Amino acid sequence: MPLLRKLARDVPAVMGFVIIIVALILAAFPGLFVEDIARVNRGNILYRLQPPSAEFLFGTDDLGRDIFARVILGTRPAIEIALSVVALSMAIGIPLGLAAGYLGGWISGTVMRLTDVFLAVPQLILAIAIAQILGRGAESAMIALAATYWPFFTRTVYAETQRVRSQLFIEALEGIGMGRRRIMLLHILPNIAAPVIVRATVGMGFIILTAAVLGFLGVGATPPSPDWGLSISEGRKYLPEQWWYATFPGLAILVLVLGFNLLGDGLRDLVDPKLRRLR
Amino acid sequence: MILFVIRRLILIVPTLLGLLVLTFMMLRMGAGDPAAAIAGDNATPEQIARIREDLGLNDPLVIQFWDYLSHAARGDFGVSAYTNRAVGADIALRLPATLELTFFALLIAAVFGIAFGTLAGVWRNSVFDHVTRVVSVAGLATASFWFAIMLQLIFSMDLQVLPLRGRLPTGMPPPPFITGSYVIDALFTGRFETAWEALRHIILPAFTISLGGLATVARFTRSSVISSMQSEFASYERAVGYPERRVVLPYVLRNSLVTPVTQIGLLFGAFVSSAVAVEAIFDWPGLGSYLVNAIFTSDFQAVLAVTLVIGLVYGIVNIVVDLVHGLLDPRVAERM
Repeated sequence: MPLLRKLARDVPAVMGFVIIIVALILAAFPGLFVEDIARVNRGNILYRLQPPSAEFLFGTDDLGRDIFARVILGTRPAIEIALSVVALSMAIGIPLGLAAGYLGGWISGTVMRLTDVFLAVPQLILAIAIAQILGRGAESAMIALAATYWPFFTRTVYAETQRVRSQLFIEALEGIGMGRRRIMLLHILPNIAAPVIVRATVGMGFIILTAAVLGFLGVGATPPSPDWGLSISEGRKYLPEQWWYATFPGLAILVLVLGFNLLGDGLRDLVDPKLRRLR
Repeated sequence: MILFVIRRLILIVPTLLGLLVLTFMMLRMGAGDPAAAIAGDNATPEQIARIREDLGLNDPLVIQFWDYLSHAARGDFGVSAYTNRAVGADIALRLPATLELTFFALLIAAVFGIAFGTLAGVWRNSVFDHVTRVVSVAGLATASFWFAIMLQLIFSMDLQVLPLRGRLPTGMPPPPFITGSYVIDALFTGRFETAWEALRHIILPAFTISLGGLATVARFTRSSVISSMQSEFASYERAVGYPERRVVLPYVLRNSLVTPVTQIGLLFGAFVSSAVAVEAIFDWPGLGSYLVNAIFTSDFQAVLAVTLVIGLVYGIVNIVVDLVHGLLDPRVAERM
């Protein structure tokens, strides 16, 4: 694959890829890095609010829990929520975008007006409102984020489908009498996959950030979840003396989102030479 | 041009109507029965039924929606359970603070983003270019609420050079209302000490909010500058013998600023989003901290009203962005 070889020469993209792989390992096998997972939510009050040391790399929190262990365990919920939000948004957004872009007519009008409504408010604001109404919890945060993120996929797919639709080979397929559903699924979808993959990669980072805000504001994960956003909001009460409490979960967000952004940029350069970062 | 503005304003209407339908549905699907909430814990079923009747909850949904619509059109969003005042009045009081904050954030993002992006583009592949790129990539990956806390930790708590919260020091009266921005109003009325204090208070939150936008603008400016520096007109001017500075400053810059400037307007949504948590952290009395309070007190009315108002402001900002785009690029103006 010459494309993959090209990506392998893109140092930032490779860095991003490595970060994501490490994060996936941390999320799948936290036991490899944290000795006693059961203790992460229990803590030892004798070790309350200890500064970073050899024993507690990132210090301990107000309940004497090891922040390093909690940051590691927070990787899984962060990736889980981002994956499910992106997957759900794709499941809603791609069919709608395909139908709107290929079938046109009233379907296109209705779908695109619907995306207008959802995009009329910044995504986070609408997500907060929906999550609030569904009640506090990681699941309602997930539903709220998916319910507000799908229009971005619809927009991307719609634009790309319109571009592909006017090409000669689609006309030829229509000419030999191929069904519209088959054309959409077998011939248009593979041709628009690349920009959708880029969107999904960047979207992972974006959703991790947004989900962290929801956790921070108290409409997302509930205690004692090791959710990073929630940890920052708990740690904020102990500033400035116990600075480590709020600092390290935020650094974890930074690193993971950086990973997805770097990989997404690299993929975008590959896919769309017009948008190259001109190095 | 005027026709363009009118057409765009009319186009907002169906979108806002859709948004009203959406918020109305959310309000009705919301957890709990509003009548039971108003009646309190000791109410009898008959009392709740009467309140339901009074609130019009037994009417057909279409009539309920019409009711909601006509109230919303007059800016009447009910009474906040938290401040015990009309939600519409609360929002009107707090909107200027948020607009001031986002305006300053846009200013920071524009000035520094364009400056850094231009220099990085002109000095391509220099150390400056690489540092700018690393910083902007990191800036885009930073959670703004966490960054806000880190800035407070460093500048307000540790170094103690900038204030921790609020728009003005406690006890200092705000300047008379002209534009709604404390900094500008205080300057207009000659209260320089107030203006200075207001500026000191706005720096940290505005910088926090601008961070992601700053990075985006810098990246767009950089690639835009590089592509216009390689364009034919730039080569022509060099061939004629213009010094590099005369090529870059007037010609390259004017041609490469269109993209970043339109980006700045598009960033408004991102700015308002990060303003929510950042306002709460800095106790900035705007819509964002109001929204956070409404979340904590489960005040659905207020949450949805803020959503609607932000939708309206967002729509207007997008029209302004298109107008500015037209002013900068005559080719776009022709199509308006």
